[in-house]
Amino acid sequence: MTDNTIKPSDEDSPESSDGIDVAHLSALARLALNPETTSAVAADLQSIVALIDSMQSVDTQGIEPLSHPFDGSARLRADEITENPDPEHFQRSAPATSDQYYLVPRVVE
Amino acid sequence: MKYVSSLREMSQALADGEVSSAELTQDHLARIKEVDPQLNSFITLTEEEAMAQASAADALRSQGDRRPTLGLPIAHKDIFCTKGILTTAGSKMLGNFVAPYDATVVTKMADAGMVSIGKTNMDEFAMGSSNENSYFGPVANPWDTDRVPGGSSGGSAAAVAGGLVAGATGTDTGGSIRQPAALCGITGLKPTYGRVSRFGMIAFASSLDHAGPMARSAEDAALMLSVMAGFDPRDSTSAKRDDAWLADMLHSGIAEPERPMVIGLPDQYYENSSNQESVTAARQELEKLGHTFKRVSLPHTDAATPVYYVLASAEASTNLSRYDGVRYGHRCENPTSLQDLYERSREEGFGDEVKLRILTGTYTLSVGYFDAYYLKAQKIRRLITQDFDNAFAEVDLLLTPTSPTPAFRKGQLTDDPVAMYQQDLYTVPTSLAGLPAMSLPCGFSQGMPMGMQLIAPAFREDLALGLAAQFQRHTDWHLKRPGEIN
Repeated sequence: MTDNTIKPSDEDSPESSDGIDVAHLSALARLALNPETTSAVAADLQSIVALIDSMQSVDTQGIEPLSHPFDGSARLRADEITENPDPEHFQRSAPATSDQYYLVPRVVE
Repeated sequence: MKYVSSLREMSQALADGEVSSAELTQDHLARIKEVDPQLNSFITLTEEEAMAQASAADALRSQGDRRPTLGLPIAHKDIFCTKGILTTAGSKMLGNFVAPYDATVVTKMADAGMVSIGKTNMDEFAMGSSNENSYFGPVANPWDTDRVPGGSSGGSAAAVAGGLVAGATGTDTGGSIRQPAALCGITGLKPTYGRVSRFGMIAFASSLDHAGPMARSAEDAALMLSVMAGFDPRDSTSAKRDDAWLADMLHSGIAEPERPMVIGLPDQYYENSSNQESVTAARQELEKLGHTFKRVSLPHTDAATPVYYVLASAEASTNLSRYDGVRYGHRCENPTSLQDLYERSREEGFGDEVKLRILTGTYTLSVGYFDAYYLKAQKIRRLITQDFDNAFAEVDLLLTPTSPTPAFRKGQLTDDPVAMYQQDLYTVPTSLAGLPAMSLPCGFSQGMPMGMQLIAPAFREDLALGLAAQFQRHTDWHLKRPGEIN
């Protein structure tokens, strides 16, 4: 017995009729791919997906997912201020700031 | 310029007053300037800061400070944040990023009096097995400069193997300490997940990222680990441990194993390896020392590589979403909109392999694919972990090859990502299980060093280090040096 491979086709599907829809994926990932490299990227992605699909034959019936080694989970700390915020110090590597704000292109006209 | 000696030898020379930390640091810097143009193992040299740290160490020593680590020069992989110093992760994206704080590993080593002489080259965001994915250029293997040093901690491995520095930090997500250690003929340890803090270590795949030491011997690796390890409240997955052997190793070195070990040989790791001969010879040496061997099975080994590439890419696509051209890192020129700012900054700032991993992660996390890929991979991750649990019910340690081949030629695998990913065949299963694993030199093939891997149960680095140190007391593979680089 193997898990059913779930591959529904809906409007968010990362596959198009001719394989992986690289344009859709790169839009989701906020990556403006150079059109000249798209077909090479698609070919690489196809071979990676073929590699990872090979795990589908493993029987995982009744097995719980493991997200961290030793079933570790993120420890929480007390909600207390432990550091003095110093925006100027932390913004020194920022591309564009003004009055401790980060500047981006106008969003609302 | 001669090769630098081992950390332990330098520690002794410092203690005996034969040399000062300032002199050692100057020697290191001089050798790096002479040799590194051929290797490209450093991205940044921190000459001024290093000399200040060395002078401070010498001052402490004159006041009676006798700590074994005081004044020892080391280097950090350029994935560890260093306050006020360029921290690039090998990426154009962070090509101008000056870290506002120190990683815990950096703080701990500085607090132990160690001198950081610079930041080593690496595959971009630690994604790669050849160090050809660095924005700052490929690193050469000191044994043959036409060949790769492995990756992603290829700069640290080449710097140690080339005698530029005796110890360097590395990180290992799927084999990035162990594989370059094997390909460069040095000793590298990936500790147990949670043993060493990840705070300030630029994230690739958070459930798989480990920091660890790279050095010329198990003794030096243990010396570094004893300083790097420890609970850190600023890393939410840091483990609270109280292992007295860490301090014992720091002060007295690695003790002989208390008893003969039962060492498992996993069938699946010996099926396709061209690295049989050197590991077989090492096995015979260990038998002479009284250890016994037992065949074991880790039946889900074949699934580890696909599982790793699902989980690592998914976590990477999430972690790397922070690079948006807004708060730090590369920003494109003249963005026309916020969307354009994000898309072009990321297109320009990331290299090809990083983009491929982000897209792979985006694919497997897409609507409708999450269960088939991400959850499925997490379930197999549990099965892989259970395989190790079952094996360690029968044996103390596991012995395997580290890498399927010796160092390959530059450019040999760059057009075939899947072939490159297969380099990690023997290292990813322990990354997924979070278990301690180390690579140490055990012979040569095609004139290039080969490594063997020792895998231990969780938090039992002492078992692997103990066996490795014993092996190195009876062999000299770890003492072999590449010919002088020219």
